[in-house]
Amino acid sequence: MAPVTMLEAIRQAMFEEMDRDPAVVAIGEDIGVYGGAFKVTEGLLERFGNERVIETPISETAIVGAACGMSYLGLRPIVEMQFIDFIACCFNQVTNFVAKGHYLWGAPAPMVIRGPSGGGVHGGPFHSANPEMYFAHTPGLKIVYPSTPYDAKGLLKSAVRDNNPVLFFEHKFLYRRVKEELPTDEYTVPLGKAVTRREGRDLTILSYAAMMQTSLDAAAELEKEGIEAEVIDLRTLMPLDKEAILASVKKTNKLLIVHEDTRTGGIAGEIASLVCENAFEDLDGPIARVTSLDTPVPYAPTLEEYFLPNAAKVAAAARELARY
Amino acid sequence: MSPSSNGAAVAPVTRQQCLDLYYYMRLNRAVEDQMMKLFRQNKIVGGLYSSLGQEAISVGTAYALEKRDWMAPMIRNIGALLVKGVKPRDIFTQHMAKFTSPTQGKDGTSHFGDLKNLHIVSPISMLGDLIPVMTGVAMAGRYLGQDIVTMTWIGDGGSSTGAFHEGLNLAATQRAPFVLVLENNQWAYSTPVSRQVPVRDLAERGRAYGITSVTVDGNDAIAVFEASRAAVAQCRAGNGPVLIEAKTMRMKGHAQHDPAEYVPKAMREYWEARDPIVLFEKYLNANKLWDARAKQEIEARIAALVKEDLEFAENSPMPPAELAEQGVYCEGCHTIEAEWHRPKAEVTPPKSSVAAGWNVKDFGGIENSATGGNGASARPAASPMHLSAGKAVQKSSGGLAQQSSSPKKLAQQSSSPKKIAAVPERRPFGRGPKGKKGGGR
Repeated sequence: MAPVTMLEAIRQAMFEEMDRDPAVVAIGEDIGVYGGAFKVTEGLLERFGNERVIETPISETAIVGAACGMSYLGLRPIVEMQFIDFIACCFNQVTNFVAKGHYLWGAPAPMVIRGPSGGGVHGGPFHSANPEMYFAHTPGLKIVYPSTPYDAKGLLKSAVRDNNPVLFFEHKFLYRRVKEELPTDEYTVPLGKAVTRREGRDLTILSYAAMMQTSLDAAAELEKEGIEAEVIDLRTLMPLDKEAILASVKKTNKLLIVHEDTRTGGIAGEIASLVCENAFEDLDGPIARVTSLDTPVPYAPTLEEYFLPNAAKVAAAARELARY
Repeated sequence: MSPSSNGAAVAPVTRQQCLDLYYYMRLNRAVEDQMMKLFRQNKIVGGLYSSLGQEAISVGTAYALEKRDWMAPMIRNIGALLVKGVKPRDIFTQHMAKFTSPTQGKDGTSHFGDLKNLHIVSPISMLGDLIPVMTGVAMAGRYLGQDIVTMTWIGDGGSSTGAFHEGLNLAATQRAPFVLVLENNQWAYSTPVSRQVPVRDLAERGRAYGITSVTVDGNDAIAVFEASRAAVAQCRAGNGPVLIEAKTMRMKGHAQHDPAEYVPKAMREYWEARDPIVLFEKYLNANKLWDARAKQEIEARIAALVKEDLEFAENSPMPPAELAEQGVYCEGCHTIEAEWHRPKAEVTPPKSSVAAGWNVKDFGGIENSATGGNGASARPAASPMHLSAGKAVQKSSGGLAQQSSSPKKLAQQSSSPKKIAAVPERRPFGRGPKGKKGGGR
């Protein structure tokens, strides 16, 4: 089997889930004849027809609302946001309607909202967002943000089968830049489980999505200097794999959190609090973080590169932390 | 009374239907009268929203639905809930935040639903959201072959939200079997409709989306029922959504706290003379559809039901505090299974397969645009082409461009985490970075 891109892995997950269960349908803008703005849904219409591949007006609120209504009849819609930035247009529908239904009146909404997110491709301030924390803050939603083709496919399949609304972020920088051979046999990856990408004893680097590669690059650099970093991929932000985080902190006693999301209110702050509450005695240094700046995502390459974390920034923060 | 909106021959409204409509309107008012008393006794936990004067709309519209159909009421649609089979006790306990309420005290008012039996979707307070949701329910019902119609309500105020317009437009493009009842009760909280919408008839808003739209007297139960019955029939026949504007008047304030002193006195008097229940009693009398005994029987039935359910609600406990942290996620508590009323083979390959391409009817040029049309039969100008089953070309994945110039090796690295020696003894916390001036903090 030839290695496949993350984009292709996501496409495979949709094909397989729609093949497996006719209750799975796709809905979104330009997802049929055109195959989606990034071609993730290419070929879906030909195979499954326009009853199951539903092309809509530019109406994110209506799309998410309709998908929620469909889920009440036992369908499992996969919603595509053309860019995840546009989820802001249906914020109310997601946070007030979809997310609260099970808690308030016992109405589960088994639906997935997926879409391309993240920066590094010079998409500018309205096509580069990492809005995961708006939704991690909303009880009732699950938040998935994979970093490899294997995980993207396995997690999306789990998301489709989950009884809860799942927001599935696809980092567009990774769409065609990472490749991996996938198993020929069917597999899924469970939601809510982190994975150790690299073992180490000197400090823990926690990250997810495109910053995984950045963190691994930094870890390789640190290794040359004799610093062994353990690198953990969160994969799912909600529910958060607290056990995996605490276990690694208890092992290395130092924690660096890296995310592409902006600094204030990012998941790093939440994890820092979690570790202070549960493993303060195990810490040998301050909890550090490397994040994007607290600004909109700027357009010019020089500005965006300054805005984003990179391996050098991660390595510098790790070196500082390792000195404790 | 009003003729059928589509001109087709329709059955006259039967005596039994008239008595049912009357019963539910009276029950609606009795339940709300009782809740007013509870409110004054401080037994209603939150706000109380009255549908006084709007009972004919809730009852007349919902009465046109079948048991299998779906509805999503708004705050003033207690009558619709009762028609669909909700018991007064559910409404009392909801308002009193009791553990026995449909939401076990997690939400109040008419914010509850029933997916399994009554097919009711719970409303939320943000106006307009139910329109796309019920469009989706309608689309799913059609997809599953269930032959259902969905219905929700909106006010004159709610017709200015984005969700209203996005939802109506989606319903129109999908030709969803969906009925939207627009209750034009003249007031959005304290603001008159004329300051919210610059057209007299809000049915115009539906027509703008190519949706069959009618305006009825919302205080005339028979007119509302007949329009609703015709709307449901149009949806059932596959002819797309319908908007019914029902003109009425909100006879109380926005909620109990609001004395509505902003309503002109003459306007209130005009509508007080048009109470829908009084009007309907006159109709029943004039047409000799009942007698004093029939009326007394209905009143006795309602009084007994309200009394019994009120006792149930009053004697119910508040929810246990720990319930607050339960139920955020479905963790296996629900089994989700679509109910198929058509062969799954119709929507699975090879039968589902089509050729990807658009048929664009008239190319969109100006010279082809003089089609007129009232929009009621508007079809999408473009639709995906269909090939016969099995002829579709299955594309390979090779069409996806590989744009990366330097593919990263994340996957390879991640698949074999680097093993290193055992963890050394940890240093005590708080000494600060080695060699840093001053050390420590």
